[in-house]
Amino acid sequence: MAQAVEVKAGNSRLIRAQLSRRFLAAIAAGAIAVTFALFIATPLHGLVGFVLVAAVLYVVAQTVISNVVEGRRAAMNRLVTSVVVVCACAAVLPLVAVLGFTVIKGSAVLDLSFLTHTMRGVAEQDPYGGIYHAIIGTLEQVGLATLLAVPFGLLVAIYLVEYSTGRLGRIVSFFVDVMTGLPSIVAGLFIFALWILALGQSFSGFAGSLALAILMLPTVVRSAEEMLKIVPDSLREGSYALGIPKWVTVVRIVLPTALAGIVTGVMLAIARVTGETAPLLLTVFGNPALNFNPFSGAQASLPLFVFGEAGLPNETAINRAWAAALVLILIVLVLNIMARVIARFAGVRS
Amino acid sequence: MAKSIQMKNVDIYYGKFHAVQDVNLSVPPRAVTAFIGPSGCGKSTVLRTMNRMHEVIPGARVEGRVELDGEDIYRPAVDPVEVRRAVGMVFQRPNPFPTMSIRDNVVAGLKLQGVRNKSHLEEVTERSLRGANLWNEVKDRLGRPGGSLSGGQQQRLCIARAIAVQPEILLMDEPCSALDPISTLAIEELMGELKKDYTIVIVTHNMQQAARVSDQTGFFNLKAAGQPGRLIELDNTEKIFSNPTEKATEDYISGRFG
Repeated sequence: MAQAVEVKAGNSRLIRAQLSRRFLAAIAAGAIAVTFALFIATPLHGLVGFVLVAAVLYVVAQTVISNVVEGRRAAMNRLVTSVVVVCACAAVLPLVAVLGFTVIKGSAVLDLSFLTHTMRGVAEQDPYGGIYHAIIGTLEQVGLATLLAVPFGLLVAIYLVEYSTGRLGRIVSFFVDVMTGLPSIVAGLFIFALWILALGQSFSGFAGSLALAILMLPTVVRSAEEMLKIVPDSLREGSYALGIPKWVTVVRIVLPTALAGIVTGVMLAIARVTGETAPLLLTVFGNPALNFNPFSGAQASLPLFVFGEAGLPNETAINRAWAAALVLILIVLVLNIMARVIARFAGVRS
Repeated sequence: MAKSIQMKNVDIYYGKFHAVQDVNLSVPPRAVTAFIGPSGCGKSTVLRTMNRMHEVIPGARVEGRVELDGEDIYRPAVDPVEVRRAVGMVFQRPNPFPTMSIRDNVVAGLKLQGVRNKSHLEEVTERSLRGANLWNEVKDRLGRPGGSLSGGQQQRLCIARAIAVQPEILLMDEPCSALDPISTLAIEELMGELKKDYTIVIVTHNMQQAARVSDQTGFFNLKAAGQPGRLIELDNTEKIFSNPTEKATEDYISGRFG
């Protein structure tokens, strides 16, 4: 061990013994070897278990050896660093797994015909059929929900940050907080009870948009509020000092300064509701055929399509669900990229 | 252009806190008036009542009369927006609008008040930037963001922005405290030129600056922390710095204070 450990301690008190990279690699190799031995000797099996056992062995061995060679503080440093890295990997892993699995499963069926055909007259075991109707439905429903929620949410945020001084502001703020935790099925039920049962309207894309807008609203209000708050007061004062009225200051100085952050918040809200299924079940209902008109009659939507097809006991239907899920992810991805591009070019110039 | 300001028995409060007590003063037109005094003595507060800017802070209020050429700017019928059009302000930290180019920053006041005439805006841009001694440095990059300038240039940009709306009076709240000596010199020289056309009131922590740029100087002080600030004495700058009437002024100026 004496050669592998680079003992730099000489005359200087500032230099301590350190484990070399090569030695750490040797510990890792040892940990993997021991794990191998364990897996052969005992009934342990499986890749995930192997990685976990090896990782735990490595961290323990590294900490013990470091404690002996480098001292207690360095050993603690290595232990905590290792734990943090493992946690970070564990957090990313499910995300990568979900994405990877969806891409692999979904790309098998996904082609141009899948994107340009509907499910009208297609039986569950038929290999053809597509999601054109569901894409149109989702785009229309989310688009309408955005048109409803963004202006409204923005105005609420402006009121909270720029105008409210007293109790009303606190009450509004409290209810926005409460709405943030609203289960999405409750939003759907509410619109179902109000719009469809009480007001006697039919299932429609617009009914779904209303439910989605309820879910978007608190996200939009909160993110816009945070962004407006970080606009420095010195800019507002600078504007007032030029004899510019308050509302012009808000519209022409404060909003543009906060625009990049507001756009990001709006896009996140859109991305969040695009995948909502529960509120659409009771309001949009689902439809195998194309319905371009979001204001009349049941419509399809991608999350509903995935939900419906995935529940059928048939391989072709389940494959269609995977492909639709992949398209849904791609739509959200495109929205996110657009948000970043817009945020980069809008607002503050540097 | 260039009006005078009179303050008569002015008391200023932030909520229940009595910030400034019984100020009586007169600011003559086309001259520089400097306010000096220790931190927290209310000199910035007094400055901000001159264009009703202190109202931006919730709970702030004023008693007494603040007159612009004899007209009380605190009558209920007076629109604070109109007051601020007549009384411009430059702040401690340069605050150019970050979303705007240099050109748009200069004419922001006019544009956002609805002026559209392009050639007029062009003309105002050049005149204001020349007036702020910034034209030669930025004339080739008027389209660049205002935030791309150095601190001293940004402050002169803010002065250009303030004079672009042609106010009667220019208030300056420690305009050089965030700047280096060279930029400070540039702004002090600028004040000397601006006072031909404008009434200038400046708050400064720098007594040498007050002595260099001002025609009359007011000394503010407070008895103790938590007590309201008061105007101790206002007189010709020369007299304040050579032979002040009040002992407190002399102590402060000679550094024997507190």
